[in-house]
Amino acid sequence: MIGEWLDIGWLNEIPVRGSRTIPVTGGEEIAVFRTGDDKVFALVNRCPHKGGPLSQGIVHGHSVACPLHNWNIALATGQAQGEDKGCTPVIPVKVDGGRVLICRASTLKAAA
Amino acid sequence: MDFQDYQSREGSDAAVDRMAGAPREHLVVIGNGMAGCRAIEELLARDAGRYRITIFGAEPHVNYNRIMLSPVLAGEKTFDEIVINGLDWYRDNGIELVTADPILSIDREAATVTSRSGRVTGYDRLLIATGSDPFIIPVPGKDLPGVISFRDMKDVDTMLAAADAGGAAVVIGGGLLGLEAAHGLALRGMQVTVLHLPGTLMERQLDEAAGWLLKTALEARGQTILTGADTAEIFGEGKVEGVRLKDGREIPASLVVMAVGIRPSVKLAAEAGLEVGRGIKVDDYMVTSDPSIFAVGECVEHEGNVYGLVAPLWDMCRSFADGLTGKPNPYRGSVTSTKLKVAGLDVFSAGDFSGTGAGCEDIVLRDASRGVYKRLVLQDEKIVGAVLYGDTSDGNWYFDLLRNGETVTDLRDVLIFGQAFASGGGAADPKAAVAALSDDAEICGCNGVSKGQVVSCIAKGARSLDAVRATCKASASCGSCTGLVETLLALTLGDQVQSGPKTLCKCTSFTHDDVRREIVAQAMRSIPEVMQKLHWATPDGCASCRPALNYYLLCALPGDYVDDQQSRFVNERMHANIQKDGTYSVVPRMWGGITNPRELRAIADVVEKYNAPMVKVTGGQRLDIFGIKKEDLPAVWADLNAAGMVSGHAYGKSLRTVKTCVGSEWCRFGTQDSTGLGVKIERLTWGSWMPHKFKIAVSGCPRNCAEATIKDFGVVCVDSGYELSVGGNGGIHVRATDLLCKVATEQEALDYCAAFIQLYREEARYLERTAPWIERVGIDYVKARIVEDAIGREALRARFLYAQTFSQDDPWAGRAKGADREQHGHMAQFKPLSLEEMA
Repeated sequence: MIGEWLDIGWLNEIPVRGSRTIPVTGGEEIAVFRTGDDKVFALVNRCPHKGGPLSQGIVHGHSVACPLHNWNIALATGQAQGEDKGCTPVIPVKVDGGRVLICRASTLKAAA
Repeated sequence: MDFQDYQSREGSDAAVDRMAGAPREHLVVIGNGMAGCRAIEELLARDAGRYRITIFGAEPHVNYNRIMLSPVLAGEKTFDEIVINGLDWYRDNGIELVTADPILSIDREAATVTSRSGRVTGYDRLLIATGSDPFIIPVPGKDLPGVISFRDMKDVDTMLAAADAGGAAVVIGGGLLGLEAAHGLALRGMQVTVLHLPGTLMERQLDEAAGWLLKTALEARGQTILTGADTAEIFGEGKVEGVRLKDGREIPASLVVMAVGIRPSVKLAAEAGLEVGRGIKVDDYMVTSDPSIFAVGECVEHEGNVYGLVAPLWDMCRSFADGLTGKPNPYRGSVTSTKLKVAGLDVFSAGDFSGTGAGCEDIVLRDASRGVYKRLVLQDEKIVGAVLYGDTSDGNWYFDLLRNGETVTDLRDVLIFGQAFASGGGAADPKAAVAALSDDAEICGCNGVSKGQVVSCIAKGARSLDAVRATCKASASCGSCTGLVETLLALTLGDQVQSGPKTLCKCTSFTHDDVRREIVAQAMRSIPEVMQKLHWATPDGCASCRPALNYYLLCALPGDYVDDQQSRFVNERMHANIQKDGTYSVVPRMWGGITNPRELRAIADVVEKYNAPMVKVTGGQRLDIFGIKKEDLPAVWADLNAAGMVSGHAYGKSLRTVKTCVGSEWCRFGTQDSTGLGVKIERLTWGSWMPHKFKIAVSGCPRNCAEATIKDFGVVCVDSGYELSVGGNGGIHVRATDLLCKVATEQEALDYCAAFIQLYREEARYLERTAPWIERVGIDYVKARIVEDAIGREALRARFLYAQTFSQDDPWAGRAKGADREQHGHMAQFKPLSLEEMA
């Protein structure tokens, strides 16, 4: 039986204030973020502005600054902050026993 | 009253009374929410010392902005960010705050109030600001654990805890509050169903068309919206398990949020015998049926109206404060407008849009593909109602016209296209639009600040956005009116708008220079230490300050400081240049712009092996290989390393390139060996991190083929030696270099170059190129440090050489051998199809 969650690896494989990527065959790459307070978030790895890879941005607080034009994206909502408007899909994610799990349905949706 | 409390308060009163010279009246406020505290703010602004003030609050918090709970739930704000008045405000104004101890009764005869803890407090004047209570529909199961309202911080905490556990949530009520709750819960990963009894979402604010657009948009975001849904029962064994509708449908849920509406909280007033209708009845001066008791906010009924929105509260508090300071100013009721705080969904409504009054006419604009719906209801040539969906930018303007009852006959044919168009042409000046707003037009909805108040606060000396925020609170909450406030600053002050002494970033009130000085003075050694000691306002900084701090520490502690990769911009973290498609370009170093067959072959092989779509000659005389994927970078570098090439640092705030012309070795005009000197300079300076990128050129004669006079450091060779010049730039603002000096030997040219770079490294602000830095400090200052002060120059040069011993280490080589693997490789890969098959 397929679980609702996909196990993608150990939490400590993600650098603190950093991100790792998960390519999805036939779909959009997912970026998993780990913040300074050790919270984990996942977004489709694409800035709503010009498609920049958010995984490569600077993670600060619960936001990431897109590496292309410095849009700040809220990790919890995927929403562009401040004056900028746009939203990146959020992938539900959780940590269980040190393993990082992302929502299977949302990941498949990103692939569709 | 307990003895200790009695003692301490007697003591402080006596002190205050002595200062004031006469006993002051005691004003007791029931309710530490937005209305109660706003009323006190208004009072303090008029006559700060007039009353002794005690505020009782039921919640264990200082005064916070309740309407910002939605952004907290959605993860866009933290609780600290929505605090309106911190403890220091109470302390500074001599207000006694009693939290988590609600008042349970009022004894009007004795003029006292009694709190839950049994504390009895006497009053001369009493202000009731108890707000409203959520309406709980009386269905079976309404008291089960897991059934909550959306009213205070405790509710938000409960929702966040439920969201952490995952699962499904039901929100009963598709009004403003319910939809904001549903939005927040959905963002937190819950499967959300909204149950709404009427057929249209937000039916009190939206008409059917806008309600339908909203429903469609929310459904597209994954929420389930059931309209016409009548809740029969909330079921569950010991805790919520789901909701059953009257038509028999069951929706499983581990959390039920009841957001069907609010009722003025009148119990306390009614039990005290005050006149109560739907709310506590007040006159135009917010006085209840007892002349020493006042009431403001959502708990009151004025002229038969009760309000559940924030805006009327501002007007009420003004009338209250005016009355209490002897300048009566009647409250005349409020016209309200509504904005939905769901990011990305713009919904605005104001006034009466039912459109059923006599002589009502509609003007409607629909733009299906843009998802825009605008409807204005006119009566007697005046706007009486407005509903905007998808484009709410003109909401303030329509609301202003509506409130002022302006006749719109002249505008009628263009009204629906918005203010910019109506005031003459599609691309009208946005400043003119703001200038045209009336003085009582609302600028900041979160804090109820009008245009007139912002302008007067600017006129009284608030000359920057931060100053306005600090003085009248406009733009201090959700920030959506920041643009308006900035325009008002520009309109009021013209060129005198101050950005103030520019702080390093929004995380700190320190400037770049302050931070640098303190890092050295306090011998700080890490980014967290700097943030701690300098009271950073954010937990771990932002994308502006972190790279700056990393550089300042690196510069102050060469060889000691451990570079923080996660505080580097992407290019410096990846040692390559990110391109618009997320691939990278790779520039190997070619010393002085000279290459050879072995290097060229290696580059050609890399291009073919990794299918690089393009190779380009750069402006700095290098070859740039485009289209390399992040996971291929280490292998590319390994191949380039094998041919003897190292990182070209084309990606860094660092020494980029030394560009040369061929000079005396080949050129018939050449005066000195410019290529040879260029190579020596590049060997000396490569790898050094700087405040910004740094380019050098060496030209062999004054014809200056290497364009040395638009570089950060330029050498122009002449017969008698070397002319050194600095601060040139070929970017947006072309700037020719300033002549630093002329030297006789190559060694001097190298020494001056090293000293100049170190001065720039130590004193320019992060991301300040040499050109603006020199414009700021003056070329004479640079000359004084580099040319006139031989000892200082030698010290600078020595510090540079010391720093270089740590930085001249090819970063590519480490990565090629497997360092920082997590920066390049994926964490996992998904092949959804094979996953399906595994099932």
